Amino acid sequence: MDALKQELKEKIIAVLNLEDVSASDINNTDPLFGEGLGLDSIDALELIVLLDKDYGIKLTDPKEGKNIFQSIDTMADYITANRTK
Amino acid sequence: MKTYINGIGCVSAQQTFEGEFAATFATNENLNVLPIVAPPYKDYFSPIAARRMSKAVKNGIVASTIALDEAKLQMPGAIITGTGMGCIEDSDKFLKAIIDNKEEFLTPTSFIQSTHNTVAAQIALGLQCKAYNFTYVNAAVSFESALLDGKLQIEEGEANSVLIGGIEEMTDYTASLFKLAGFIKKDEEGTFPMLGSKTSGTVFGEGAAFFVLENQKSDSTYAEVKDVEINNEIAAEILQLKVFDFLAANNLTVADIDLLVTGINGDAHFSNYYEELTQKQFAGTPQVYYKHLSGEYNTASAFGLYVGANIIRSQQIPGILKSNDQSRPAYKNILLYNQYRGLDHSFTLISQA
Amino acid sequence: MRVAITGMGIISAIGNSVEENFDALVSGRKAITDIANIPTVHANVIKVGEIKKTNDELATELGLSADNNYSRTAMLGAIAAKQAVENAGISDINQYKTGLISATSVGGMDTTEKHYYDYFNDENLVKYIAAHDGGDVAQKIAETIGLKGFVTTISTACSSAANAIMLGARLINAGKLDRVVVGGTDALAKFTINGFKTLMILTDGYNTPFDDNRKGLNLGEAAAFLVLESDKVVKEQNKKVLAYVSGFGNANDAFHQTASSENGEGAFLAMEKAFKLANLKPSDIDYINMHGTATPNNDLSEGRAVIRIFGEENVPDFSSTKAFTGHTLAAAAAIEAVYSVLAMQNGVVYPNLNFETPMQEFHLIPQTEIKHKKIEHVLSNSFGFGGNCSTVIFSKN
Repeated sequence: MDALKQELKEKIIAVLNLEDVSASDINNTDPLFGEGLGLDSIDALELIVLLDKDYGIKLTDPKEGKNIFQSIDTMADYITANRTK
Repeated sequence: MKTYINGIGCVSAQQTFEGEFAATFATNENLNVLPIVAPPYKDYFSPIAARRMSKAVKNGIVASTIALDEAKLQMPGAIITGTGMGCIEDSDKFLKAIIDNKEEFLTPTSFIQSTHNTVAAQIALGLQCKAYNFTYVNAAVSFESALLDGKLQIEEGEANSVLIGGIEEMTDYTASLFKLAGFIKKDEEGTFPMLGSKTSGTVFGEGAAFFVLENQKSDSTYAEVKDVEINNEIAAEILQLKVFDFLAANNLTVADIDLLVTGINGDAHFSNYYEELTQKQFAGTPQVYYKHLSGEYNTASAFGLYVGANIIRSQQIPGILKSNDQSRPAYKNILLYNQYRGLDHSFTLISQA
Repeated sequence: MRVAITGMGIISAIGNSVEENFDALVSGRKAITDIANIPTVHANVIKVGEIKKTNDELATELGLSADNNYSRTAMLGAIAAKQAVENAGISDINQYKTGLISATSVGGMDTTEKHYYDYFNDENLVKYIAAHDGGDVAQKIAETIGLKGFVTTISTACSSAANAIMLGARLINAGKLDRVVVGGTDALAKFTINGFKTLMILTDGYNTPFDDNRKGLNLGEAAAFLVLESDKVVKEQNKKVLAYVSGFGNANDAFHQTASSENGEGAFLAMEKAFKLANLKPSDIDYINMHGTATPNNDLSEGRAVIRIFGEENVPDFSSTKAFTGHTLAAAAAIEAVYSVLAMQNGVVYPNLNFETPMQEFHLIPQTEIKHKKIEHVLSNSFGFGGNCSTVIFSKN
């Protein structure tokens, strides 16, 4: 699970083009949206594509993303439970 | 109401975002695509805020910030931009992804960022400016359309202050297309001098130039914008007549024009338009050109206005801009003329405030 | 503000002329179908408002030579603009100080997207490089109608054509132009189909504006132009006035790049400005042609803004015609301007198709059946990405 969380942090930084942020800056329980990293709905759509492309999970309703992307922990839990890749 | 330019911000292939006007201007005739001299972006926004920003958005935000600061204006009454090609970096990126990935695994960011009014929208978002917000996308009159609209806002009392800007960005892909199409001079030519060039095509660049227009003079006033006219097509034989009509409508004749600023871009195929003015009735008028410094792009004429406005304020013409050796004791009225590939002609008249 | 409309032209999924479009609207005949002209992997999960004519057919209609480089967007625009100029009874387009203000978001991308890599291998394709930008579309339209003069293009996403109408009216009102052809055009393209897909705001069925279960929009393609003329020209040429542009406003939501604010602030401000300019009250409006794209976000935001302006109990008859035509992006406000004028000329409120369940957040029920009544003033909304909110008010007299 730890390896997945590290992987997620690195992918998020790459996919969202977060220059000046390193994986060690992101805590597992920090909120990703709103406060914390301050990501927004467009970033959420990017992460939905990431779930599909890298983990084979297809979300059809963008609103589902709100719960899944709350933090690195919630993302890792969801991916572990649902990944097909 | 009269229209005054009270603030200017410019990001270009020259160091134009700070320091004395033209102090470090230098020509580089070895390149047919001029790269921008980048401002210190980190001074204007955080890298996280910049995560989605294309060059156009970054340069647009920097240039508009500089213009607003100079005019000491916090909230403009309108934001109007012009761009011929828009945010092509993101547009090219999204299109390439569609083709390479066969329409799968596409992400929205570059699509959203590719819409032409993104720069104007980002500026409004940053300022929380809910006022009138337009973007013009009509090749070489994109900027003049913004200028015309901004001036109309002020004349009709629709706004007291207007932020206008001309933006363009260049990408490797688009440059390769333009070379294929003959818009950019062939690499094989080796050097690319602009004056008197005998080959077709031009030298391209990119940049952003923003202006604050206001209905009152201030201690940062550069010039008054007297009139702007755009025409999609003018036959070369009647170009002079059109110019005379434009001047007459402003109670001026050729003799009253102290400086002619031309969009000469070294494209021999379309230089005849410029020669209709520079070598005929305006032969005795001081003339400057600027695209050897900025490069050509649809909104390069905004750089031209930046040049004209600075000359009027300083009453000096830096040698590197001169395309003839006439001079005048004072520069009261300046006429700017531009066209691109024979279309989208614009006449802009600015005067000492 | 009173600027005369003397001519209209339109081509959309529901008709190739003003008459055909009106006929479809009053017959409830929507044209949301499976995509035929563009090969896309999404063909079975989306429906579109497609004009069932191939590019070859459009080119033949315009009498273009074989070596032309018109994009589909340019051809649609040229057809509509030509109709409008004819409808306005103009024989010499350059007789007065005339302008063209076009609007587009796709530009020539419908064509250039086909050749991304091929340009370098086939010199016959190089001519399309110049057809990519918005300016080329306007120039092609200008050439088609023979106009030499003031030509420009506005591109503010889905509010573009409303803004073109606005600029045209302001230029005539200020005496800068005697007449102006204003409108917009956008063709379907893989670029926009995929773009909207990534935003997850496309429906896989038929769009259901203002319905609680709405899932998103259907994309469409169209072009429409109107001729605006000054009082001087109307008098001198003894023109029949179809309707007037009596008010308008543009404001920026300044909330988010693609989503609208919860309380529809930008929309509210745009409508407020339009009323002020028109010197009209909300109670003067007989019909609202809503932006109504049927996305979860738009209809909520627009609904809230409309309630703020009119009061929940006093919202006039309203509908979104996008269930008929799809969302035609930069052309939307132009085709809806034509529909607004027709509504006043014929005393008709168009039905808001596909509506079943009212939205929970407020009490707003669109007009679901066609309704016949006197219509003096129509308010038309168009909102685009980048928070660009535009409202135009049309009046019969």
